[in-house]
Amino acid sequence: MSYLGRRLIRAAFLLVGVSILCFLFTEMAPGSFFDEMRLNPQISPETISSLRSRYGLDQSLVVRYGRWLRSALHADFGYSIAYNAPVAPLLWSRAKNTLLLATTGMLLTWLVSIPLGVWAAARSGRMLDKSVRVASSLLVSIPEVVIAVALLAIVVRWRVLPVGGMTSMDDEGLSQWARLQEIASRMLLPTIILTLGESAIIVRHLRASVLEVLDTPFVQAARGLGIGRMRLLFRHVLPVAASPAISLLGFSLAGLLSGSLLVEVICGWPGLGPLILDATLSRDFYLVIGGIMLSALFMVGGNLVADIMLLACDPRIRTGALDAR
Amino acid sequence: MRAKTASLIVALVGLHLTLLLAGFVAPCDPGAQDRDLPYAPPTRLHFVDASSWHLRPFVYRWSAGPDGYFENKRQSFPVHFLTGGPAYKLLGIFEAKWHLFGVDEPARIALLGTDGFGRDEFSRVLSGGQISVAAGIAATLLALLAGSIFGIVAGYYGRLTDESLMGATELFLSLPWLYFLLGVRAFLPLHLSPARTFLLLTCVIGLIGWARPARLVRGIVLSARSRNYVLAARSFGGSDVYLMWRHILPEVLGLLLTQAALLVPRYIAAEVTLSFFGLGVNEPVASWGNMLSTLQQYSVLVSYAWLLAPAAALVVTSVIYSILADTLHSRLEFRST
Repeated sequence: MSYLGRRLIRAAFLLVGVSILCFLFTEMAPGSFFDEMRLNPQISPETISSLRSRYGLDQSLVVRYGRWLRSALHADFGYSIAYNAPVAPLLWSRAKNTLLLATTGMLLTWLVSIPLGVWAAARSGRMLDKSVRVASSLLVSIPEVVIAVALLAIVVRWRVLPVGGMTSMDDEGLSQWARLQEIASRMLLPTIILTLGESAIIVRHLRASVLEVLDTPFVQAARGLGIGRMRLLFRHVLPVAASPAISLLGFSLAGLLSGSLLVEVICGWPGLGPLILDATLSRDFYLVIGGIMLSALFMVGGNLVADIMLLACDPRIRTGALDAR
Repeated sequence: MRAKTASLIVALVGLHLTLLLAGFVAPCDPGAQDRDLPYAPPTRLHFVDASSWHLRPFVYRWSAGPDGYFENKRQSFPVHFLTGGPAYKLLGIFEAKWHLFGVDEPARIALLGTDGFGRDEFSRVLSGGQISVAAGIAATLLALLAGSIFGIVAGYYGRLTDESLMGATELFLSLPWLYFLLGVRAFLPLHLSPARTFLLLTCVIGLIGWARPARLVRGIVLSARSRNYVLAARSFGGSDVYLMWRHILPEVLGLLLTQAALLVPRYIAAEVTLSFFGLGVNEPVASWGNMLSTLQQYSVLVSYAWLLAPAAALVVTSVIYSILADTLHSRLEFRST
């Protein structure tokens, strides 16, 4: 248990560190939200300075950080200037959609890459393995922007799937079931784009680690005992081979979140991506900081899940054998 | 194996030479607009006309008709090689007006069609490639410089230095890169001259990326610093800086090269992504990212497939670099361990 406790404390420190880093960056920033207003002759400098003091932008860094921490404790995470509302509810209404996309993407990624990785390793050197290797290294090297734009072009050109938004305009009259179908069909393209990029990485890692485990004495012993091929691969080899891949989970979540930001903007999915991009363009600092914090929170959460899975998968962690080494 | 390596080198050199000499290879000025020819499809190269075969390819002019462009076959224009054309600056220094190929006025040769302002997409892919690839390489150099300095220092001195530096890397690694990139970009001014944007972009991308190389370098340094020859050099009175520079850095070089090959395409993609979002290098200067950003309109995306050319160029560049990374990895790193 102390293993998880240590991880939790570390995660908390990490979040505080990220928030401090964010505020240091705002201090470096030469401009602010009100710069664009200053160009407008109809708004007097007095109005702008009163607005600045209303949002606390004229205070020192430490005071601003203190205020932000207090509002974070009240679960507000600052105040968005552009939307004139607390940041947290704004983010949350969008984060649900991003989470939906990212978790579906992650599930699909594992569903695709576990069988492919194990299978390719089990038949290493044959046609299937070669084609998996070529396809995955090609997909890894193609940037996600290109995959997204190209797939979108195909889909829009031949009208394969509906794109843009989460539901159609006239979704009021639809039944619950029809709405779900609508959402699922619009989710398909972004999820596929995310899965393509992500599963290529995981397949490569999984294949390598399965190959390594297949060489170990215990697998040869199991083979000698006459354990069936499928049972050997998925019951004996996979749990051992999975643990390096599971510790990749955190990184793969990072990839998925970055990827989903991009994909959301390109496909018009109403998640965090478009919100953060708009906030960046309008220099709505607190909203941007909130978005970064939320993404860090997701990452930390994902890493904790990975730790718990490792705990379940790897008995050495449970008994503390790794720490003793 | 040797043939493979040789073709890899040819591809690498060819790619960079083409981009470096973009002004010479491109037939047009990348900024020159032609409002009569927006979204013109790629110019077709012909070898056969009504009467006979020609060894030298020729082109027709596009004319706007009621249903799109058609080839105006009244007059043909042969393609000239090594011919004069619009003036440009070779490598940014020398005034020159020689081009690899071109056609006589008033015809234009647009191998990859034109964009919404009638600018030649081929010339823009080349000059945009200069910006994007240069940004990727510069950001990589920056990230590797910072990463190797911090990594060597952390691994060499250990203890508190090591822990605080590695804590910092964890902070940087715990954020999804695109969120981080957008965040940092949000705090910097939006409207800048292209040159300053370029500098800023490289700095931002490079400084976000230092953490991973720093960790990898540290790992190698940790094992290198207790090697016998390092200990011996230390016992002869070698200073810390001397030991790091002369004995530890060479151990890391293989890793740094491999990392460079891995990071360059990733940072090119980062620049492209930012410019795609309108946060990077702005018009009228071309970059692969801002060229692709016109495709955010579905109507453009659907109708003008040739505007995907920068994406194709990006794929080619990334694939070449990732093959390079694989080759370097298997040659340099496995040999040393």
